Amino acid sequence: METSDVIVVGGGLFGPATAYGLRQQGLDTVVLDDGDDVLRAARGNFGLVWVQSKGMGMHQYHAWSRESAHLYHDFTSELREFSGTDIAHRNDGGMHLLLGEAEREQRRREMDIMRQQAGADGFECEIIEREEAEKMMPGVRLGDDVVGASFSKHDGDVNPLKLLRAIHASFQHLGGRFRSDSRVENIRHDGSVFIAETKNCAFAAPKIVLACGHGITKLAPMVGLDTPIVPQRGQVLVTERAEPLLNMALGSVRQTDEGTVQIGNTEEDVEFDDGTTLSAGQAMARRAVQVFPQLAGLRLIRTWGCIRVLTPDKCAIYDESEEFPGAYVATSHSGVTLAAVNARHTAKWIATGETPPGFEEFSAKRFKTEGGHVSTHH
Amino acid sequence: MFRRTTEIKGETVAIRFDGQRIVVPAGETVAAAVLANNSGHTRTSVVSGEARAPYCLMGTCFECLMEIDGIANRQACMTIVAEGMTINRQQGKREMPE
Repeated sequence: METSDVIVVGGGLFGPATAYGLRQQGLDTVVLDDGDDVLRAARGNFGLVWVQSKGMGMHQYHAWSRESAHLYHDFTSELREFSGTDIAHRNDGGMHLLLGEAEREQRRREMDIMRQQAGADGFECEIIEREEAEKMMPGVRLGDDVVGASFSKHDGDVNPLKLLRAIHASFQHLGGRFRSDSRVENIRHDGSVFIAETKNCAFAAPKIVLACGHGITKLAPMVGLDTPIVPQRGQVLVTERAEPLLNMALGSVRQTDEGTVQIGNTEEDVEFDDGTTLSAGQAMARRAVQVFPQLAGLRLIRTWGCIRVLTPDKCAIYDESEEFPGAYVATSHSGVTLAAVNARHTAKWIATGETPPGFEEFSAKRFKTEGGHVSTHH
Repeated sequence: MFRRTTEIKGETVAIRFDGQRIVVPAGETVAAAVLANNSGHTRTSVVSGEARAPYCLMGTCFECLMEIDGIANRQACMTIVAEGMTINRQQGKREMPE
Protein backbone atom coordinates (compact mmCIF):
# COMPACT_ATOMS: atom_id res chain seq x y z
CA MET A 1 0.00 0.00 0.00
CA GLU A 2 1.33 3.41 -1.02
CA THR A 3 0.21 6.28 1.21
CA SER A 4 0.08 10.03 0.73
CA ASP A 5 -1.84 13.14 1.84
CA VAL A 6 -3.91 13.20 -1.31
CA ILE A 7 -4.54 11.01 -4.37
CA VAL A 8 -5.34 12.70 -7.66
CA VAL A 9 -6.98 10.35 -10.16
CA GLY A 10 -6.30 11.43 -13.74
CA GLY A 11 -3.11 12.28 -15.63
CA GLY A 12 -4.45 14.79 -18.16
CA LEU A 13 -4.54 18.54 -17.60
CA PHE A 14 -7.10 18.96 -14.80
CA GLY A 15 -5.50 16.39 -12.49
CA PRO A 16 -1.81 17.27 -12.80
CA ALA A 17 -2.46 21.05 -12.75
CA THR A 18 -4.32 20.60 -9.46
CA ALA A 19 -1.72 18.13 -8.18
CA TYR A 20 1.08 20.59 -8.99
CA GLY A 21 -0.76 23.21 -6.88
CA LEU A 22 -1.24 20.68 -4.07
CA ARG A 23 2.54 20.12 -3.98
CA GLN A 24 3.01 23.87 -3.69
CA GLN A 25 0.56 23.77 -0.76
CA GLY A 26 2.88 21.22 0.83
CA LEU A 27 0.72 18.13 0.45
CA ASP A 28 2.32 14.79 -0.34
CA THR A 29 0.55 14.05 -3.63
CA VAL A 30 0.22 10.98 -5.86
CA VAL A 31 -1.23 11.17 -9.39
CA LEU A 32 -2.69 7.94 -10.76
CA ASP A 33 -2.92 7.78 -14.53
CA ASP A 34 -4.51 5.20 -16.81
CA GLY A 35 -2.83 3.42 -19.74
CA ASP A 36 -1.78 4.89 -23.07
CA ASP A 37 -4.79 3.48 -24.91
CA VAL A 38 -7.52 5.50 -23.19
CA LEU A 39 -9.30 8.68 -24.34
CA ARG A 40 -6.90 11.56 -23.89
CA ALA A 41 -8.65 14.91 -24.10
CA ALA A 42 -5.45 16.57 -22.88
CA ARG A 43 -3.58 15.43 -26.00
CA GLY A 44 -6.11 16.40 -28.64
CA ASN A 45 -7.15 19.92 -27.79
CA PHE A 46 -6.77 23.26 -29.50
CA GLY A 47 -4.52 25.11 -27.06
CA LEU A 48 -6.62 28.21 -26.49
CA VAL A 49 -6.70 30.10 -23.21
CA TRP A 50 -10.16 31.32 -24.05
CA VAL A 51 -12.45 33.60 -22.10
CA GLN A 52 -14.81 35.53 -24.42
CA SER A 53 -17.37 32.80 -25.01
CA LYS A 54 -17.09 30.94 -21.70
CA GLY A 55 -19.92 30.91 -19.20
CA MET A 56 -23.08 31.57 -21.17
CA GLY A 57 -25.77 31.28 -18.48
CA MET A 58 -23.24 31.21 -15.63
CA HIS A 59 -21.13 34.30 -15.12
CA GLN A 60 -19.20 32.64 -12.32
CA TYR A 61 -17.63 30.33 -14.90
CA HIS A 62 -16.77 33.29 -17.12
CA ALA A 63 -15.06 35.02 -14.20
CA TRP A 64 -13.25 31.78 -13.27
CA SER A 65 -11.89 31.46 -16.84
CA ARG A 66 -10.85 35.12 -16.85
CA GLU A 67 -9.08 34.68 -13.51
CA SER A 68 -7.19 31.73 -14.96
CA ALA A 69 -6.16 33.78 -18.01
CA HIS A 70 -4.71 36.39 -15.64
CA LEU A 71 -2.92 33.77 -13.53
CA TYR A 72 -1.33 32.34 -16.68
CA HIS A 73 1.49 34.91 -16.68
CA ASP A 74 2.89 33.76 -13.32
CA PHE A 75 1.99 30.15 -14.08
CA THR A 76 4.03 30.25 -17.32
CA SER A 77 7.09 31.62 -15.48
CA GLU A 78 6.81 29.01 -12.72
CA LEU A 79 6.54 26.17 -15.22
CA ARG A 80 9.57 27.48 -17.09
CA GLU A 81 11.55 27.64 -13.88
CA PHE A 82 10.59 24.16 -12.66
CA SER A 83 10.50 22.24 -15.94
CA GLY A 84 12.73 24.23 -18.31
CA THR A 85 9.87 24.19 -20.83
CA ASP A 86 8.47 27.34 -22.39
CA ILE A 87 4.77 26.73 -23.03
CA ALA A 88 4.59 29.52 -25.67
CA HIS A 89 1.92 31.49 -23.84
CA ARG A 90 0.49 34.45 -25.76
CA ASN A 91 -1.95 36.90 -24.29
CA ASP A 92 -2.33 39.53 -26.98
CA GLY A 93 -6.09 39.16 -27.08
CA GLY A 94 -8.17 36.81 -29.19
CA MET A 95 -10.59 37.14 -32.05
CA HIS A 96 -13.47 35.09 -33.29
CA LEU A 97 -13.86 36.09 -36.94
CA LEU A 98 -17.42 36.43 -38.19
CA LEU A 99 -18.67 35.44 -41.64
CA GLY A 100 -21.73 37.37 -42.81
CA GLU A 101 -24.33 39.47 -41.05
CA ALA A 102 -26.16 36.50 -39.55
CA GLU A 103 -23.09 35.41 -37.60
CA ARG A 104 -22.45 38.96 -36.44
CA GLU A 105 -26.03 39.32 -35.18
CA GLN A 106 -25.90 35.96 -33.43
CA ARG A 107 -22.62 36.85 -31.71
CA ARG A 108 -23.98 40.25 -30.70
CA ARG A 109 -27.01 38.59 -29.09
CA GLU A 110 -24.81 36.16 -27.14
CA MET A 111 -22.60 39.00 -25.96
CA ASP A 112 -25.64 41.02 -24.79
CA ILE A 113 -26.73 38.10 -22.62
CA MET A 114 -23.26 37.68 -21.19
CA ARG A 115 -22.90 41.40 -20.49
CA GLN A 116 -26.25 41.40 -18.72
CA GLN A 117 -25.48 38.35 -16.57
CA ALA A 118 -22.07 39.80 -15.64
CA GLY A 119 -23.62 42.92 -14.09
CA ALA A 120 -21.12 45.08 -12.24
CA ASP A 121 -18.37 42.47 -12.61
CA GLY A 122 -18.15 43.38 -16.27
CA PHE A 123 -17.85 41.52 -19.55
CA GLU A 124 -15.02 42.74 -21.71
CA CYS A 125 -15.57 41.69 -25.30
CA GLU A 126 -16.47 43.83 -28.28
CA ILE A 127 -17.49 43.45 -31.89
CA ILE A 128 -14.89 45.05 -34.11
CA GLU A 129 -15.17 45.89 -37.79
CA ARG A 130 -13.35 44.01 -40.51
CA GLU A 131 -10.88 46.88 -41.05
CA GLU A 132 -9.93 46.85 -37.37
CA ALA A 133 -9.43 43.10 -37.42
CA GLU A 134 -7.14 43.47 -40.43
CA LYS A 135 -5.09 46.10 -38.63
CA MET A 136 -4.47 43.69 -35.76
CA MET A 137 -2.96 41.11 -38.11
CA PRO A 138 -0.53 42.88 -40.45
CA GLY A 139 0.10 40.99 -43.69
CA VAL A 140 -2.99 38.83 -43.38
CA ARG A 141 -5.60 38.95 -46.14
CA LEU A 142 -9.12 38.38 -44.84
CA GLY A 143 -11.74 36.69 -47.01
CA ASP A 144 -14.47 38.80 -48.64
CA ASP A 145 -17.17 37.32 -46.40
CA VAL A 146 -15.51 38.39 -43.14
CA VAL A 147 -17.61 41.21 -41.71
CA GLY A 148 -15.78 41.63 -38.41
CA ALA A 149 -14.84 39.81 -35.25
CA SER A 150 -15.56 39.57 -31.58
CA PHE A 151 -12.43 40.59 -29.72
CA SER A 152 -11.44 40.09 -26.10
CA LYS A 153 -8.19 41.27 -24.59
CA HIS A 154 -8.33 38.39 -22.09
CA ASP A 155 -7.92 35.65 -24.69
CA GLY A 156 -4.68 33.95 -25.60
CA ASP A 157 -3.18 30.57 -26.32
CA VAL A 158 -0.39 28.15 -25.45
CA ASN A 159 1.28 25.14 -27.02
CA PRO A 160 -0.95 22.52 -25.34
CA LEU A 161 1.50 19.61 -25.61
CA LYS A 162 4.29 21.66 -24.07
CA LEU A 163 1.85 22.74 -21.36
CA LEU A 164 1.00 19.12 -20.55
CA ARG A 165 4.66 18.18 -20.42
CA ALA A 166 5.64 21.24 -18.36
CA ILE A 167 2.93 20.59 -15.76
CA HIS A 168 3.91 16.93 -15.38
CA ALA A 169 7.61 17.78 -15.12
CA SER A 170 7.00 20.63 -12.64
CA PHE A 171 4.83 18.42 -10.43
CA GLN A 172 7.54 15.78 -10.28
CA HIS A 173 10.25 18.41 -9.85
CA LEU A 174 8.44 19.49 -6.68
CA GLY A 175 8.45 15.91 -5.38
CA GLY A 176 5.05 14.81 -6.63
CA ARG A 177 4.69 11.13 -7.43
CA PHE A 178 3.24 10.07 -10.79
CA ARG A 179 2.07 6.50 -11.38
CA SER A 180 1.32 5.59 -14.99
CA ASP A 181 -0.66 2.54 -16.14
CA SER A 182 -2.50 2.71 -12.82
CA ARG A 183 -6.18 2.70 -13.68
CA VAL A 184 -8.30 2.99 -10.53
CA GLU A 185 -10.73 0.07 -10.51
CA ASN A 186 -12.32 0.70 -7.14
CA ILE A 187 -12.41 3.29 -4.36
CA ARG A 188 -13.48 2.56 -0.79
CA HIS A 189 -13.35 4.39 2.52
CA ASP A 190 -12.14 2.46 5.55
CA GLY A 191 -13.31 5.00 8.13
CA SER A 192 -10.21 7.17 8.05
CA VAL A 193 -8.72 7.08 4.55
CA PHE A 194 -9.77 6.48 0.96
CA ILE A 195 -8.27 3.41 -0.64
CA ALA A 196 -7.91 3.48 -4.44
CA GLU A 197 -7.27 0.06 -5.91
CA THR A 198 -5.42 -0.47 -9.18
CA LYS A 199 -4.60 -3.83 -10.75
CA ASN A 200 -1.19 -3.99 -9.08
CA CYS A 201 -1.29 -1.82 -6.03
CA ALA A 202 -3.51 0.05 -3.56
CA PHE A 203 -3.10 3.73 -2.66
CA ALA A 204 -4.36 5.27 0.57
CA ALA A 205 -4.91 8.92 1.48
CA PRO A 206 -7.35 11.00 3.56
CA LYS A 207 -8.23 13.00 0.43
CA ILE A 208 -8.95 11.92 -3.12
CA VAL A 209 -9.60 14.07 -6.19
CA LEU A 210 -11.36 12.67 -9.25
CA ALA A 211 -10.09 14.51 -12.32
CA CYS A 212 -10.06 11.66 -14.81
CA GLY A 213 -12.42 12.90 -17.51
CA HIS A 214 -14.94 10.31 -18.57
CA GLY A 215 -13.45 7.93 -16.01
CA ILE A 216 -15.32 10.02 -13.45
CA THR A 217 -18.63 8.45 -14.47
CA LYS A 218 -17.59 5.10 -13.01
CA LEU A 219 -15.70 6.35 -9.95
CA ALA A 220 -17.82 9.26 -8.68
CA PRO A 221 -20.70 7.09 -7.33
CA MET A 222 -18.14 5.13 -5.23
CA VAL A 223 -17.56 8.26 -3.15
CA GLY A 224 -21.15 9.53 -3.14
CA LEU A 225 -20.77 12.03 -5.97
CA ASP A 226 -23.18 12.48 -8.86
CA THR A 227 -21.27 14.06 -11.78
CA PRO A 228 -23.15 14.28 -15.08
CA ILE A 229 -20.79 14.45 -18.05
CA VAL A 230 -21.29 13.52 -21.69
CA PRO A 231 -18.86 12.86 -24.54
CA GLN A 232 -18.60 15.27 -27.46
CA ARG A 233 -16.22 14.83 -30.35
CA GLY A 234 -14.08 17.63 -31.74
CA GLN A 235 -12.11 17.16 -34.94
CA VAL A 236 -9.02 19.16 -35.83
CA LEU A 237 -7.01 19.65 -39.03
CA VAL A 238 -3.32 20.51 -38.94
CA THR A 239 -1.28 22.01 -41.78
CA GLU A 240 2.41 21.90 -42.59
CA ARG A 241 4.60 24.49 -40.90
CA ALA A 242 4.82 27.91 -42.46
CA GLU A 243 6.21 31.33 -41.54
CA PRO A 244 4.26 32.88 -38.66
CA LEU A 245 1.52 35.12 -39.97
CA LEU A 246 -1.49 34.71 -37.69
CA ASN A 247 0.03 36.57 -34.77
CA MET A 248 -2.77 36.24 -32.22
CA ALA A 249 -5.13 33.67 -30.72
CA LEU A 250 -8.09 32.97 -32.98
CA GLY A 251 -11.26 31.07 -32.20
CA SER A 252 -11.20 28.32 -34.81
CA VAL A 253 -8.01 28.81 -36.82
CA ARG A 254 -4.73 29.44 -35.06
CA GLN A 255 -1.07 29.21 -35.93
CA THR A 256 1.13 27.63 -33.30
CA ASP A 257 4.49 28.92 -32.11
CA GLU A 258 6.12 26.35 -34.38
CA GLY A 259 4.30 27.44 -37.53
CA THR A 260 1.60 24.82 -38.02
CA VAL A 261 -1.94 26.06 -38.52
CA GLN A 262 -4.56 24.26 -36.47
CA ILE A 263 -8.07 24.34 -37.88
CA GLY A 264 -11.04 23.37 -35.77
CA ASN A 265 -13.34 22.27 -34.71
CA THR A 266 -16.50 20.25 -34.58
CA GLU A 267 -19.06 19.56 -31.87
CA GLU A 268 -20.42 16.09 -32.56
CA ASP A 269 -22.49 13.67 -30.55
CA VAL A 270 -21.00 10.29 -31.54
CA GLU A 271 -20.58 8.68 -28.11
CA PHE A 272 -16.93 7.66 -27.65
CA ASP A 273 -15.95 7.35 -31.33
CA ASP A 274 -12.79 9.46 -31.67
CA GLY A 275 -12.41 8.92 -35.41
CA THR A 276 -12.41 11.49 -38.18
CA THR A 277 -14.77 12.10 -41.10
CA LEU A 278 -14.12 13.58 -44.52
CA SER A 279 -17.29 15.69 -44.41
CA ALA A 280 -16.26 17.40 -41.16
CA GLY A 281 -12.76 17.97 -42.49
CA GLN A 282 -14.17 19.53 -45.65
CA ALA A 283 -16.47 21.84 -43.71
CA MET A 284 -13.66 23.01 -41.40
CA ALA A 285 -11.24 23.55 -44.28
CA ARG A 286 -13.87 25.43 -46.29
CA ARG A 287 -14.57 27.84 -43.47
CA ALA A 288 -10.85 28.33 -42.75
CA VAL A 289 -10.20 29.28 -46.36
CA GLN A 290 -13.25 31.52 -46.42
CA VAL A 291 -11.74 33.43 -43.49
CA PHE A 292 -8.07 33.27 -44.57
CA PRO A 293 -7.83 32.62 -48.36
CA GLN A 294 -4.03 32.21 -48.07
CA LEU A 295 -4.51 28.91 -46.24
CA ALA A 296 -5.73 27.31 -49.48
CA GLY A 297 -2.07 27.00 -50.55
CA LEU A 298 -1.01 25.04 -47.44
CA ARG A 299 -1.05 21.27 -47.23
CA LEU A 300 -2.82 19.41 -44.46
CA ILE A 301 -0.61 16.85 -42.78
CA ARG A 302 -2.79 15.51 -39.99
CA THR A 303 -6.31 15.27 -38.71
CA TRP A 304 -7.67 13.79 -35.53
CA GLY A 305 -10.75 13.41 -33.43
CA CYS A 306 -10.82 13.79 -29.68
CA ILE A 307 -13.55 13.34 -27.10
CA ARG A 308 -14.43 16.34 -24.94
CA VAL A 309 -15.57 15.98 -21.36
CA LEU A 310 -18.72 18.05 -21.45
CA THR A 311 -21.02 19.00 -18.60
CA PRO A 312 -24.70 19.69 -19.42
CA ASP A 313 -24.18 23.48 -19.37
CA LYS A 314 -20.56 23.39 -20.63
CA CYS A 315 -19.40 25.00 -17.37
CA ALA A 316 -17.02 23.30 -14.95
CA ILE A 317 -18.04 21.06 -12.07
CA TYR A 318 -16.19 21.24 -8.74
CA ASP A 319 -17.74 19.30 -5.87
CA GLU A 320 -16.88 17.81 -2.51
CA SER A 321 -18.83 14.75 -1.46
CA GLU A 322 -21.28 15.28 1.40
CA GLU A 323 -21.39 11.58 2.15
CA PHE A 324 -17.59 11.20 2.09
CA PRO A 325 -15.93 14.55 2.90
CA GLY A 326 -12.40 14.59 1.50
CA ALA A 327 -13.55 13.19 -1.84
CA TYR A 328 -13.59 15.79 -4.59
CA VAL A 329 -14.40 15.96 -8.27
CA ALA A 330 -13.07 18.55 -10.74
CA THR A 331 -13.91 18.50 -14.43
CA SER A 332 -14.54 20.60 -17.52
CA HIS A 333 -13.68 20.47 -21.21
CA SER A 334 -11.45 23.53 -20.72
CA GLY A 335 -8.38 21.86 -19.26
CA VAL A 336 -5.99 24.28 -20.96
CA THR A 337 -7.79 27.51 -20.05
CA LEU A 338 -8.33 26.42 -16.45
CA ALA A 339 -4.89 24.93 -15.77
CA ALA A 340 -3.60 28.08 -14.05
CA VAL A 341 -6.65 28.56 -11.83
CA ASN A 342 -6.67 24.86 -10.96
CA ALA A 343 -3.01 25.06 -9.91
CA ARG A 344 -3.83 28.01 -7.65
CA HIS A 345 -7.41 28.13 -6.39
CA THR A 346 -8.62 24.56 -6.92
CA ALA A 347 -5.53 23.22 -5.14
CA LYS A 348 -6.07 25.66 -2.27
CA TRP A 349 -9.72 24.57 -1.97
CA ILE A 350 -8.68 20.92 -1.64
CA ALA A 351 -5.74 21.64 0.66
CA THR A 352 -7.42 24.14 3.02
CA GLY A 353 -11.15 24.26 2.28
CA GLU A 354 -10.78 27.94 1.41
CA THR A 355 -12.79 28.93 -1.66
CA PRO A 356 -13.17 32.11 -3.70
CA PRO A 357 -16.59 33.84 -3.45
CA GLY A 358 -19.28 32.10 -5.49
CA PHE A 359 -17.29 28.87 -5.84
CA GLU A 360 -20.25 26.79 -4.61
CA GLU A 361 -22.03 27.58 -7.90
CA PHE A 362 -19.76 25.00 -9.54
CA SER A 363 -21.45 22.14 -7.67
CA ALA A 364 -23.27 19.59 -9.83
CA LYS A 365 -26.29 20.26 -7.61
CA ARG A 366 -27.23 22.87 -10.22
CA PHE A 367 -28.35 20.03 -12.50
CA LYS A 368 -30.70 18.40 -9.99
CA THR A 369 -34.25 18.15 -11.24
CA GLU A 370 -37.28 17.98 -8.95
CA GLY A 371 -37.00 14.21 -8.63
CA GLY A 372 -33.54 14.68 -7.14
CA HIS A 373 -31.77 13.14 -10.10
CA VAL A 374 -29.12 14.83 -12.12
CA SER A 375 -30.08 15.39 -15.73
CA THR A 376 -27.55 15.02 -18.51
CA HIS A 377 -29.77 16.69 -21.09
CA HIS A 378 -28.63 20.02 -22.46
CA MET B 1 29.58 9.30 -46.97
CA PHE B 2 27.17 7.44 -49.22
CA ARG B 3 28.01 5.43 -52.32
CA ARG B 4 25.86 3.42 -54.68
CA THR B 5 26.33 -0.34 -54.31
CA THR B 6 25.51 -0.91 -57.96
CA GLU B 7 26.36 1.06 -61.04
CA ILE B 8 23.62 3.18 -62.56
CA LYS B 9 22.06 1.04 -65.28
CA GLY B 10 18.93 1.50 -67.34
CA GLU B 11 16.94 4.66 -67.68
CA THR B 12 18.21 7.87 -66.07
CA VAL B 13 16.83 11.37 -65.54
CA ALA B 14 18.63 14.68 -65.03
CA ILE B 15 17.62 16.80 -62.04
CA ARG B 16 18.97 20.07 -60.72
CA PHE B 17 19.94 20.32 -57.06
CA ASP B 18 20.81 23.82 -55.83
CA GLY B 19 21.81 24.66 -59.38
CA GLN B 20 23.95 21.53 -59.89
CA ARG B 21 22.93 19.08 -62.63
CA ILE B 22 22.84 15.47 -61.42
CA VAL B 23 22.02 12.36 -63.44
CA VAL B 24 20.22 9.73 -61.37
CA PRO B 25 18.35 6.47 -61.98
CA ALA B 26 14.73 6.93 -62.97
CA GLY B 27 12.28 5.75 -60.33
CA GLU B 28 14.30 6.58 -57.23
CA THR B 29 13.27 9.16 -54.65
CA VAL B 30 14.59 12.67 -54.40
CA ALA B 31 15.96 11.77 -50.95
CA ALA B 32 17.95 8.83 -52.36
CA ALA B 33 19.23 10.99 -55.21
CA VAL B 34 20.54 13.80 -52.99
CA LEU B 35 22.01 11.37 -50.44
CA ALA B 36 23.84 9.43 -53.17
CA ASN B 37 25.19 12.74 -54.43
CA ASN B 38 26.64 13.42 -50.96
CA SER B 39 24.99 16.83 -50.96
CA GLY B 40 25.26 17.42 -47.21
CA HIS B 41 22.25 18.89 -45.47
CA THR B 42 18.97 19.22 -47.29
CA ARG B 43 17.20 21.75 -45.08
CA THR B 44 17.57 23.84 -41.94
CA SER B 45 15.27 23.22 -38.98
CA VAL B 46 12.26 25.53 -38.69
CA VAL B 47 12.75 25.61 -34.92
CA SER B 48 16.51 25.77 -34.29
CA GLY B 49 18.01 26.53 -37.71
CA GLU B 50 20.16 23.39 -37.45
CA ALA B 51 21.22 21.57 -40.61
CA ARG B 52 19.15 18.44 -41.29
CA ALA B 53 19.07 15.61 -43.83
CA PRO B 54 16.73 12.71 -44.73
CA TYR B 55 16.36 10.27 -41.85
CA CYS B 56 13.53 7.73 -41.81
CA LEU B 57 13.14 7.49 -45.60
CA MET B 58 9.56 6.26 -45.19
CA GLY B 59 7.47 9.38 -44.90
CA THR B 60 7.25 9.60 -41.14
CA CYS B 61 9.85 11.97 -39.69
CA PHE B 62 9.59 15.01 -42.00
CA GLU B 63 13.36 15.58 -41.73
CA CYS B 64 13.70 15.49 -45.54
CA LEU B 65 11.53 18.48 -46.40
CA MET B 66 12.83 20.28 -49.49
CA GLU B 67 11.70 22.79 -52.06
CA ILE B 68 10.81 20.77 -55.15
CA ASP B 69 9.73 22.49 -58.36
CA GLY B 70 9.08 25.69 -56.46
CA ILE B 71 6.96 24.18 -53.70
CA ALA B 72 8.45 24.08 -50.21
CA ASN B 73 7.88 21.50 -47.46
CA ARG B 74 7.77 18.55 -49.85
CA GLN B 75 8.91 15.21 -48.49
CA ALA B 76 11.95 14.23 -50.57
CA CYS B 77 11.63 10.60 -49.51
CA MET B 78 8.07 10.42 -50.84
CA THR B 79 8.78 12.14 -54.15
CA ILE B 80 10.07 10.30 -57.23
CA VAL B 81 12.64 12.12 -59.38
CA ALA B 82 11.53 13.37 -62.80
CA GLU B 83 13.37 14.76 -65.80
CA GLY B 84 14.14 18.44 -65.31
CA MET B 85 13.04 18.52 -61.67
CA THR B 86 14.41 21.50 -59.74
CA ILE B 87 15.29 20.81 -56.12
CA ASN B 88 16.54 23.26 -53.54
CA ARG B 89 17.53 23.08 -49.90
CA GLN B 90 14.77 24.41 -47.71
CA GLN B 91 15.81 27.22 -45.39
CA GLY B 92 13.61 27.28 -42.28
CA LYS B 93 9.86 27.59 -42.59
CA ARG B 94 8.07 27.88 -45.90
CA GLU B 95 6.49 31.21 -46.60
CA MET B 96 2.79 31.61 -46.14
CA PRO B 97 1.15 31.55 -49.59
CA GLU B 98 0.25 34.96 -51.02
